[in-house]
Amino acid sequence: MQTTSITMTLNGQKIQAEVEPRQHLVDFLREDQELTGSHLGCEQGACGACTVKLDGKIVRGCLVLAVQANGSTVETIEGITASGEYKDLQEAFLKFNALQCGFCTSGMLMAAVELIQTYKTATREEIREWISGNYCRCTGYHAIVDAISYVMEQRQQANK
Amino acid sequence: MNKPKELPNLAPVTNEQRYIGMSEPRHGAKRLTEGLGKYIDDIQLPKMVHVVYWRSPVAHMKIKKINKSAVLDMPGVVAVIDGQELATVCKPWVATLSHLAGMKSAPQHALAIDRACWQGEPVVAVVAKTRAQAEDALPYLDVEWEELPALLDMHEALDSNAMILHPELGDNICFKRSLDTGDVDSQFANAAVVEEATFKFGRHTGVTLEPRSQIAHYAPDGRLTVYHCQQAPHMMQDLYCRQFDLSESDVRVVCFDVGGSFGIKVHAYPDDFATVGISILLKRPVKYVADRLESYLSDIHAREHIIKGRIAASKDGEILAFEIDDLTGIGPYSMFPRTSAIEGNQVVNLVGGPYKHKQYRANLNVVFQNKTPTCQYRGVGHPIACAVTEGLVDLAARKLGMDPLEFRKRNVIPDNAYPYTGVSGIKLEVLSHEQCLSKIEELMDYPKLLEEQKALREKGIYRGIGFATLIELTNPSPAFYGVGGARIASQDGSTIRMDPTGVITVSVSVGEQGQGAEGVFAQIAADAVGVPIEHVRVKTGDTETIPYGGGTWASRGAGIGGEAVLLAGMALRENILKIAAHLLQMDVSQLTVKNGKVYDRLSNQEKIPLSEVGRVGYYRTDLLPANFHPELTVTRHYSQKDFPFIFTNGVQASYVEVDVNTGFVKLLKHWAVEDCGRVINPMLVDEQVRGAIVQGIGGALFEECLYDSQGQMINGNMADYLVPMASEMPDIEVAHVQTPTKSSLLGAKGAGEAGTAGAPGAVVNAINDAIAPFGVSTFDQPVTPQKILRALKVIQ
Repeated sequence: MQTTSITMTLNGQKIQAEVEPRQHLVDFLREDQELTGSHLGCEQGACGACTVKLDGKIVRGCLVLAVQANGSTVETIEGITASGEYKDLQEAFLKFNALQCGFCTSGMLMAAVELIQTYKTATREEIREWISGNYCRCTGYHAIVDAISYVMEQRQQANK
Repeated sequence: MNKPKELPNLAPVTNEQRYIGMSEPRHGAKRLTEGLGKYIDDIQLPKMVHVVYWRSPVAHMKIKKINKSAVLDMPGVVAVIDGQELATVCKPWVATLSHLAGMKSAPQHALAIDRACWQGEPVVAVVAKTRAQAEDALPYLDVEWEELPALLDMHEALDSNAMILHPELGDNICFKRSLDTGDVDSQFANAAVVEEATFKFGRHTGVTLEPRSQIAHYAPDGRLTVYHCQQAPHMMQDLYCRQFDLSESDVRVVCFDVGGSFGIKVHAYPDDFATVGISILLKRPVKYVADRLESYLSDIHAREHIIKGRIAASKDGEILAFEIDDLTGIGPYSMFPRTSAIEGNQVVNLVGGPYKHKQYRANLNVVFQNKTPTCQYRGVGHPIACAVTEGLVDLAARKLGMDPLEFRKRNVIPDNAYPYTGVSGIKLEVLSHEQCLSKIEELMDYPKLLEEQKALREKGIYRGIGFATLIELTNPSPAFYGVGGARIASQDGSTIRMDPTGVITVSVSVGEQGQGAEGVFAQIAADAVGVPIEHVRVKTGDTETIPYGGGTWASRGAGIGGEAVLLAGMALRENILKIAAHLLQMDVSQLTVKNGKVYDRLSNQEKIPLSEVGRVGYYRTDLLPANFHPELTVTRHYSQKDFPFIFTNGVQASYVEVDVNTGFVKLLKHWAVEDCGRVINPMLVDEQVRGAIVQGIGGALFEECLYDSQGQMINGNMADYLVPMASEMPDIEVAHVQTPTKSSLLGAKGAGEAGTAGAPGAVVNAINDAIAPFGVSTFDQPVTPQKILRALKVIQ
């Protein structure tokens, strides 16, 4: 099958790659770039497990083609981890047991990162609303809300 | 907040208890927060090919001809394999259990031969070098088929004039059971109050976020390795040996991270065998990952029941009798190897379970139909039995004008009555209904809630409070499967090895699918041996390295696997002390191990670190007496044999608001009091309970596999099949009563399923309480806005 050349800044590194025009961004990340932290739960944009950042905004990795990311900046859970900027959030997920099987966790964290970046504070209801694009079949969501809420409070206090 | 909190501790089970009973985070889960999990689809093997399945497009069809030539010409296609070819390596199976008397099912093949019996049954495998190539090729497969009449309706299956799905079986009944304590009719005849209702339960499924997936690798040397997201690796090893005529020593099943299971991943699916069979035929690794549409059609479904229930009560509010008639449809085959009759059987065992009435009659029919097979999904029968029992209890209380909580308090089996044999014959070791009911009353501030409800009702706001008292079977003995001939271990084992530096490696036959099993095993091992938890490494999931065991099902992981870890850790500690005693020229009884060091028990003086015990034990055995051999690896097994099951109990309460104009339900709050015996980690148990409650709420309000009149599932995708999302779910407050089981040292009972058991009953009762002023009720799950409006007669 015909391929197209693309470039992108992936987790801070400039890369160049040949991709099939039909390949989804998340398949490109998982299969070609071996970044398997983003997961596939539905391939139709419903579950949120493949959530990644494209030019600073979270997107469904299964609803964006790799060629659409040409010339863009892409950030995945692996990049978030390496940056250390959301270590507090990742640690809070453990501290509050905000994950069980972990399959939704990367996407859930990406959504939470954007919430924290967008708003300084959020009520439990607002957090619930914000993460309502991400399935979690294990936790019942309560602990995820606890963890995000805790991190937002801690960051608020640190900035005072 | 789900703040890590501690419970009033029970008497310690180990000499130096630092971790058991504490909200210790799951250290092993850190990598899952960093995108470093290892799920099946993350694995690539050399020479690996990918399989996709052509599945029956209709509920029932005759397979006439399979034309492969066009698909074989497609780029990357390696093989196209049909049922006949696969049957040359894989035997068919019949899933029955001998202790379910009279149970029957028909032989089932890995890939359908001649006939397919549900929409989604795998028929032909297309194997290609990449998944994309396999999917590109699939439409070029030409299967000639003829649609056959489909049997869908459960009542029709019982009709003597109906088509018989498997003519050789004589009828459409997989299993039937009747239970009668003998004096039911006179109790109903003399009761002050008799209430009855029909309870409907929509077929639903588990929706694990990671779809079922597998890599089978049959190597040219005749050894089979299967990487699988599964709950019971040894069960699968045994099945692969039997269906493919292989030796256990040549079959290895490995589970890495499993992305949710809930019972969906404890069964042996036709495509599991097909993928292995293809690897045997091709002698190279084959990967299969279900896509989400396939998941809905091929993962087991559960809970399609219609139950007519009746309750009799005296004028003083004493429950006199229950009666149920349960009809359930299980698809065309009983599921391998656990069978599809267990769910209905559980319903019969469990209806009325928390209460002390003496009379009970139950009738059960489990029937075949042309829909996806059903089998055990989280809670297995409990959510149904609980919703029926608690729905009837509320109807009786309402008729008597008695408060539903008070009515329950009067009728539960008292806490001092145990051991007790329930009316269905179930043996109950020790339960705490009375304590749990008192605790939930306090937790939810019931009197205040009643006032609020009353005040709001006057303003036209309809809020409801619903309770569900429940029992849950956990820690099963061989009575569940073993006695019925299923080769599913009821025992589990743990091997603990102390390495030379004093760190320990704990391998356990119960694996991890997110519940936190590895976390609690680390806590138990750390305390049993006496080491800091940072010095504990837990390994599970690989049949080649773990002791033989049953795995994860029936809420047995912590209670049975945990006990094996405890016993192994205590034995290792004794062996460590024997070496230390020689080195220190002291008696074992004078020494203890804590925090990775050997101490003088009396003076609390630090003597030597475990690294010194390891150094001598492994490298300088010459320093030990000639006839003494250090044993720094210990294996222990445990199986619960005191009771068929160790029952737990609990109570849940739901507070909802029903919009009587739209039928929408807002969940305001949910409470649960749970008694799972000794709580090993309150934080993990709380979130298990919450997650289970949310899955139960899913079935009560949203989730249903909808079929059209032809047997086509019409909502088999994540956009149309609704599951609970964060914004619809309430905060859930969890509290505990701890009544340890005496059947083990640890005293832990299961905790993973009770949430699912109680939530539907509590929520549906709350909805019915909210709409009670209109004199109506509905027991048709999922209770959708449409059904509520229909009950309210707002719509037809």
